[in-house]
Amino acid sequence: MKVLVTAKRVIDPYVKVRVKSDGTGVETANVKMTINPFCEIAVEQAVRMKEAGIVTEIVVVSIGPLQCQETIRTAMAMGADRGILVETAEEVQPLAVAKVLKAIVEKEQPRLVIMGKQAIDDDSNQCGQMLAALLGWPQATHISNVTVNGDSAEITREIDGGLEKLTVKVPAVVTADLRLNEPRYVTLPNIMKAKKKPLENIKPDALGVDVKPRLKTLKVEEPAKRSAGVKVADVQELVAKLKNEARVI
Amino acid sequence: MSSYVAPLKDMLFVINELAGLDDISKLPGCEEVNAELVEAVLGEAAKFAQEVLEPLNRVGDKEGSKLANHVVTSPAGFKAAYQQFREAGWNGLGGMTEYGGQGLPHLVSNPVQEMWNSSNMAFCLCPMLTSGVLEAMRHHGSPEQLQRYVPKLTSGEWSGTMNLTEPQAGSDLAAVRTKAVPEGDHYKISGTKIFITWGEHDMADNIVHLVLARLPDAPEGVKGISLFIVPKFLPNADGSPGERNDVKCVSIEHKLGIHASPTCVMQYGDAGGAVGYLVGEANRGLEYMFTMMNHARLGVGLEGVAVAERAYQHALEYAKTRVQGREVGQRSGDRVTIIHHPDVRRMLMHMKSQIEAMRALAYLSAATLDKAKHHPDAAEKRRHQAVIDLLIPVVKAWCTEQCVEIASTGVQIHGGMGFVEETGAAQYLRDARITTIYEGTTGIQANDLVGRKVGYEKGVTAMAVIAQMRETAAASTGDLSAIGQALSRAIDALQEATQWIVDTFQKNPNAVYAVAVPYLKLFGTVGGGWMMARAAQIAQCKRAEPGADVGFYDTKVTTARFYCEHILPQAAGFRQTVVAGADSVLALSEAQF
Ligand SMILES: Cc1cc2nc3c(=O)[nH]c(=O)nc-3n(C[C@H](O)[C@H](O)[C@H](O)COP(=O)(O)OP(=O)(O)OC[C@H]3O[C@@H](n4cnc5c(N)ncnc54)[C@H](O)[C@@H]3O)c2cc1C
Ligand SMILES: Cc1cc2nc3c(=O)[nH]c(=O)nc-3n(C[C@H](O)[C@H](O)[C@H](O)COP(=O)(O)OP(=O)(O)OC[C@H]3O[C@@H](n4cnc5c(N)ncnc54)[C@H](O)[C@@H]3O)c2cc1C
Repeated sequence: MKVLVTAKRVIDPYVKVRVKSDGTGVETANVKMTINPFCEIAVEQAVRMKEAGIVTEIVVVSIGPLQCQETIRTAMAMGADRGILVETAEEVQPLAVAKVLKAIVEKEQPRLVIMGKQAIDDDSNQCGQMLAALLGWPQATHISNVTVNGDSAEITREIDGGLEKLTVKVPAVVTADLRLNEPRYVTLPNIMKAKKKPLENIKPDALGVDVKPRLKTLKVEEPAKRSAGVKVADVQELVAKLKNEARVI
Repeated sequence: MSSYVAPLKDMLFVINELAGLDDISKLPGCEEVNAELVEAVLGEAAKFAQEVLEPLNRVGDKEGSKLANHVVTSPAGFKAAYQQFREAGWNGLGGMTEYGGQGLPHLVSNPVQEMWNSSNMAFCLCPMLTSGVLEAMRHHGSPEQLQRYVPKLTSGEWSGTMNLTEPQAGSDLAAVRTKAVPEGDHYKISGTKIFITWGEHDMADNIVHLVLARLPDAPEGVKGISLFIVPKFLPNADGSPGERNDVKCVSIEHKLGIHASPTCVMQYGDAGGAVGYLVGEANRGLEYMFTMMNHARLGVGLEGVAVAERAYQHALEYAKTRVQGREVGQRSGDRVTIIHHPDVRRMLMHMKSQIEAMRALAYLSAATLDKAKHHPDAAEKRRHQAVIDLLIPVVKAWCTEQCVEIASTGVQIHGGMGFVEETGAAQYLRDARITTIYEGTTGIQANDLVGRKVGYEKGVTAMAVIAQMRETAAASTGDLSAIGQALSRAIDALQEATQWIVDTFQKNPNAVYAVAVPYLKLFGTVGGGWMMARAAQIAQCKRAEPGADVGFYDTKVTTARFYCEHILPQAAGFRQTVVAGADSVLALSEAQF
């Protein structure tokens, strides 16, 4: 079975994110970037399924500037077999991502698409859902477990009330939540091998997809600084404040 | 408490721009190395150092390794981390490709080593000793020995140790007494070795000891010492660890720092003699040790850079959070974090500027070592070899001496909490303290510098390096002219002191050795200034490029300026001590002390 995984390039979670002085976005120039942690979990899942003999080929896709090649190499060092960079300088928004992925899915014909549930930069949590809708495929989001048996997959999802189990028909789109697995540390020999794995570079035009943004960012600003707290004398006062001032209970 | 974040930006700047990765990529055998690969390797290593090794650093310090019934148990978590370390292939970073290593040059492997040391120096010593054994094998092992030991040492399944020191033979290894008696195709080794790092432990399946010992008919002194492989378990024909050899750990030391790293007294031959295999030819053991010395000493110099970096990050975090006092001149209003106080700024800059200078000098040495090893042109190879031979004692001793001072400043920034173990600042100072002692004390490095490296060859290589420094000073013009002038003055001091060493070496060697350490510190201080001036020049050029990381480059230039204003002026003082300070060192009789 062939699997398609996605790998978005995002600001490294160790980095302190700064808002650009002109308020048009956050500073990404000269900032350490890395693979989106949820995409990393998606890649890990595909690699585990390959090691278990269920998956035969893993294709990893990243959409963005040329430097996304590094992100793809990381995924290939983890165990993905080949990479596709859809190169664009545009800010790619969820619908554009879903359209690009749809075009690639049609070309590659994977049985399963595994994506991160969201990217840690924009936290949109939309791409997987949109892609499934565009393809007319079943979707299972926020999954914490997946086993594929022939034409269907057994899924566990994390929901507010607990765990939800369902069965989806494949081909399907699934999106990874935090507890799906714990990604491995990339090994040095695999970093070296990843350099030699095939990496294709295509442009959105070649896929017939218009990635122009449809949403306009008006302004980005830092959240308001937290003001100093107050000490409460006892539980009664705390409860009263939560009720009357904060109005949360 | 802060957590370690690998200083990737500075590391990559030094690797790519200052030490010159492009030159290394052109060397035969290094064609695969490029900026993208280096970034990928360093990025993954940083993750491993930050997430796996660093969390064990405090645990290791508190718990230490423990000995019971000749068995050493490493602190909780170490064995599993070692397993992860070797499964990830990190043990083979610089290893020979024909035996499963990746063969990456020093300019790549040494920065990675810096990360291991920053995150957990005591742990890192184990793979570091293994790489020392591999280096000795690479040069002197027989094909059969290579086959038998190198793959397992490269993968890390087995670890290695260096057994040089004995109670009466520390700095003076010619005094080694451990015996080796021939018996069939091997030797029977007996004697006591002390201070053996990771001499016994539970992390690897087997331990390969490299042991210095004397044959019964060996001549006295340095020319009578041979090198032996003594495995803890004798390998079976299929390569698996077999019969237990007659070597055991009889005690481990209680020490100031690196508590997780067991420092073992090793007893050989209590039951008739440990089986040992001769490496290379008899009586050439010390000579063989010398061939791998540059590698090992550069490794310890990097420990200096690494622990200093860690101490700096820790102190910086504290300085940004500790609130104490008001800004100068303010009598009311909010109290501020101590980073607002000028003196705390000074301490942080003192740490930062020297660390960056030390890192640059160490990586430059790594690149020089690569060129000395791989350069296709014989004359170029020799030239680089001479330069690295000169730089090694400087990098080893200067980086470690500064590290102790920097770690101490780290404690100072913590105020009273620095003296208290809870903050962790004290551990870095305690761990740092060993680095100026083992692998040749600072005194021994300085002797090497003024003797073999400067005195005997009449300063030829030193003057050639000084000429290179002058080029950098001369090129520091425009906005950088103050840096250029400060560097020029410091180079004058170094040149005068070097000339004095050359002139005095024959007629009064005692005087030269009396000021050898100040001379070495002078060399390090000016070498660091040279690196910072070059860094400033590169930063100045790069900042004008589109999309440049202006913040990083401006910081670099300011840091270089600080180095020139606060550190480089010490050069004049060292020079004065060198040319005029020997007499008083030697004047007192022993009884007058
Ligand atoms: C934690 C630890 C780990 C170690 N690991 C290992 C290991 O794995 N393998 C191993 O073989 N050894 C190891 N050593 C030993 C280490 O290399 C020696 O301690 C070191 O070489 C110094 O020798 P020494 O202790 O006998 O001191 P000495 O040689 O007695 O030196 C004492 C002092 O005299 C000075 N001195 C001595 N001779 C001269 C001279 N000719 N000129 C000027 N000054 C001189 C020294 O600089 C020093 O200040 C380790 C030591 C420690 C503490
Ligand atoms: C072992 C020990 C014994 C002690 N015994 C006693 C005792 O018996 N009685 C007692 O009362 N106290 C005692 N102390 C406390 C000791 O006097 C304080 O630790 C010391 O005054 C420093 O204060 P601090 O630890 O709060 O550091 P901080 O004041 O927080 O200083 C942290 C760093 O900031 C710097 N700094 C702070 N303010 C300024 C400024 N305005 N300008 C420039 N730099 C600044 C400091 O120099 C230091 O490097 C003891 C402490 C220790 C560790």
